[in-house]
Amino acid sequence: MPEPIIELRNISKAFPGVQALSDVSFDVFPGEVHALVGENGAGKSTLIKIIAGVYQPDAGTIHFDHQPVQIMNPRHAREMGIAAIYQESSLYNELSVAENIFMGRHPRSSRLGTVDWEAMYREAEAVLNRLGIQMDVRAKVGGLSTANRQRVEMAKALSQQAKVLIMDEPTASLTQHDVEALFSAVRFLREHGVGIIYISHRLEEVFKLADRVTVLRDGHLVDTRPVKEATQSQLVSMMVGRTLDTLFPKEETVVGPPILRVRNLRRRGLVNDVSFEVRRGEIVGLAGLVGAGRSELAQVLFGIYPAESGTIEIEGKPVVIREPRQALAMGLAYVPEDRQRQGLILPMTVRDNISLAILETLTRLGFVSDRDEDRIAQAYVERLQIRTPSLQQLAMNLSGGNQQKIVVSKWLASKPRILILDEPTRGIDVGAKAEIHRLMSQLAQQGLGIVMISSELPEILGMSDRILVMRKNTIVGEYLRGQVTQEQIIAAAMGLDQQIMHGANTLERH
Amino acid sequence: MNATNAFAPTGTRRSLLAPLQSQEATLAIFLALLVTGLAVATPAFLEAQNLRDVLVNASFPAIAAIGMTMVIVSAEIDISIGSILAVVAVLTGNLALTGMPIPLVFLIGLLAGTLLGALNGALVAYARIPSIIVTLGALSFWRGLVIYLTQGAWIYNMPEAFHFAQRSWLGVPIPVWMMIVLIALAGLFMRYSPLGRQFYAVGGNRQAAMLAGIPIKRRVFLVFTLNGFFAAIAALIYASRFSVVQSNAGLGFEFQVITAVVVGGTSIMGGTGTIWGSFLGALLLAVIGTGMTFLKVSPYWLQTVQGSLILLAVVLDVVRRRQVLVR
Repeated sequence: MPEPIIELRNISKAFPGVQALSDVSFDVFPGEVHALVGENGAGKSTLIKIIAGVYQPDAGTIHFDHQPVQIMNPRHAREMGIAAIYQESSLYNELSVAENIFMGRHPRSSRLGTVDWEAMYREAEAVLNRLGIQMDVRAKVGGLSTANRQRVEMAKALSQQAKVLIMDEPTASLTQHDVEALFSAVRFLREHGVGIIYISHRLEEVFKLADRVTVLRDGHLVDTRPVKEATQSQLVSMMVGRTLDTLFPKEETVVGPPILRVRNLRRRGLVNDVSFEVRRGEIVGLAGLVGAGRSELAQVLFGIYPAESGTIEIEGKPVVIREPRQALAMGLAYVPEDRQRQGLILPMTVRDNISLAILETLTRLGFVSDRDEDRIAQAYVERLQIRTPSLQQLAMNLSGGNQQKIVVSKWLASKPRILILDEPTRGIDVGAKAEIHRLMSQLAQQGLGIVMISSELPEILGMSDRILVMRKNTIVGEYLRGQVTQEQIIAAAMGLDQQIMHGANTLERH
Repeated sequence: MNATNAFAPTGTRRSLLAPLQSQEATLAIFLALLVTGLAVATPAFLEAQNLRDVLVNASFPAIAAIGMTMVIVSAEIDISIGSILAVVAVLTGNLALTGMPIPLVFLIGLLAGTLLGALNGALVAYARIPSIIVTLGALSFWRGLVIYLTQGAWIYNMPEAFHFAQRSWLGVPIPVWMMIVLIALAGLFMRYSPLGRQFYAVGGNRQAAMLAGIPIKRRVFLVFTLNGFFAAIAALIYASRFSVVQSNAGLGFEFQVITAVVVGGTSIMGGTGTIWGSFLGALLLAVIGTGMTFLKVSPYWLQTVQGSLILLAVVLDVVRRRQVLVR
């Protein structure tokens, strides 16, 4: 039995407000593909970033090649022989394939120490050939397809004599044909003794490619086992084992007639043929994996990226939304996912942020009425219990939860009929979270139609009257409250066979 | 450090006290000390005629600084206003020589400046070219055109009515009245009008402003257009103040105005700043300029002093932002 090339023992890592990893152990053998799976936020990214030297663990040890090591930074990791291919490319678009492969290690001519271009091209071709890839090594990387860019990244890893290669969702944007080519390259590296850490949301790839699989959940290690001894349904059960212990005070409401009806909405690359409706007093949960197109759907509806085709009806009347202004005028409100980047004007006061979307209605004789503005802002500060020393406090000085309440206030002030909330409770403390949930219930009771995008399945299951699941930019499942399990949602989000999942449910109950 | 912005687009009862803690207040105190110091060193500084000169010297940069404040608050920049000023000054001077009625001459001058500002705005907002590039091009283009068309010749012998800037009302020069009225109106506009508020939002966080239904492109276009308009008013004062208009009119004027705005507490990153602060900034530059003459310091040092001030103000702004981030 060979020794692991890299071994992590009892790794813990915390970020402000969240324990990203607790006591996780993980190892990779040379010539092994070790798959890492888990829901959004399970801790996969944190784990690979620790291996790649991006983060330092708070506790635990790392052994590389039998030696205890501290991986100081990404460069240190590279020098040790740890290469990573992230979803975002780390290539230089303006440079050639060969230059990218040998970035920082260009072959030099012996006499002058200048870059030996001919040698570089020759060696680059040799490396690519070993991976079974034909490519013009003089071409600029910027002009390559996604699949070819990944091949360049793999060639780079190979040429660095990487002993460990991390691949983060490498197939996310590949066609089936390219996936096959990628797999053969991965297998080639495996045969040459590289230990590969493979992260994917596609379980079928795990079964095709991996030797072992590790499941993470909420920062904890659930299990590591040989792929041969695992089934898809087992893996899914292990991924979602969270319980609905958090309090979700969704109150019963009388669901009225449809307030928003969307038919065959399309915008290339963002939303593909989406149809759904939202009723008065209803909370519709939008579930799916990161990148499934949920935020994109909200942004198309709100006119940030206007739809190319399809129809939107609000209270039975067809509407055209080309820009956010029109969406606002139609009674739509969108609380974006990233409140600091998209929601708040940080250098503005609490009051000015709350009134931003309704300035026109507060204007008397060309000037914004101070009194009305104060009154409205004060009302929302009280209603949402925004903790701020005064209305004149700058938004940048408040905590995340209070900032989120300001963003929500801004949109409520616009008196919307339909409210779209994108990850409304991400990164805020438990108290503020409960308050936001209570508010959502109240608003539904008042007859608003609410769309809630969330990556937290318990939140989706607890708050939604109806759940829509998105995958690959379209809606792939619709479930009523209480008639669906976390496993079924995950399965739909991952595109797994429902038959298999039936097995998972029974397994869970045993 | 939030107090620095407290006088900004907030406008409530608290703003009566807020200036005491703001950069504007610091500036006002510094200005008062400087004037006192100059008065002690050279009592002639306080003579009415000299104070009038200082204020007239401050008037046209202060008026141009109104537009520039709007531009910088919106997180844009316009370095072409010196050339816009030259175009308007030369154009109106020449039109006045043709015997055209003076009010019409001024109207055409205002329109021309507004148009040049709008052109900048269109290129920035709709063609999406960075404002520093657009206005760098405009700076050079209009300056070159003015020099070519005038062949460097001076314009003089304009009719008496053209020289409104040399007249006074109640002992106060007309340009100073214009400055006071425009600063007051623009200050109210920026604090209390929906448009003014939207400029702050556009500069503070463009994406959030867009999501709040603010038409970003139209607002960016508007601030450049307004900037051209205020530069044109400054140009009219400039052109009518002396008996001649030179073709190198307004050389370096953009720098003087941007310095006034930044020294007045407007963040070069956009989102914060006040008209009142920019007014104090323009006043400070005028006092320093005149003061240096009184103290017989070579005028060549003026640019160095301006440069130091702008660097100091930007460094303070950056330090302030960093403190906020650290918290």
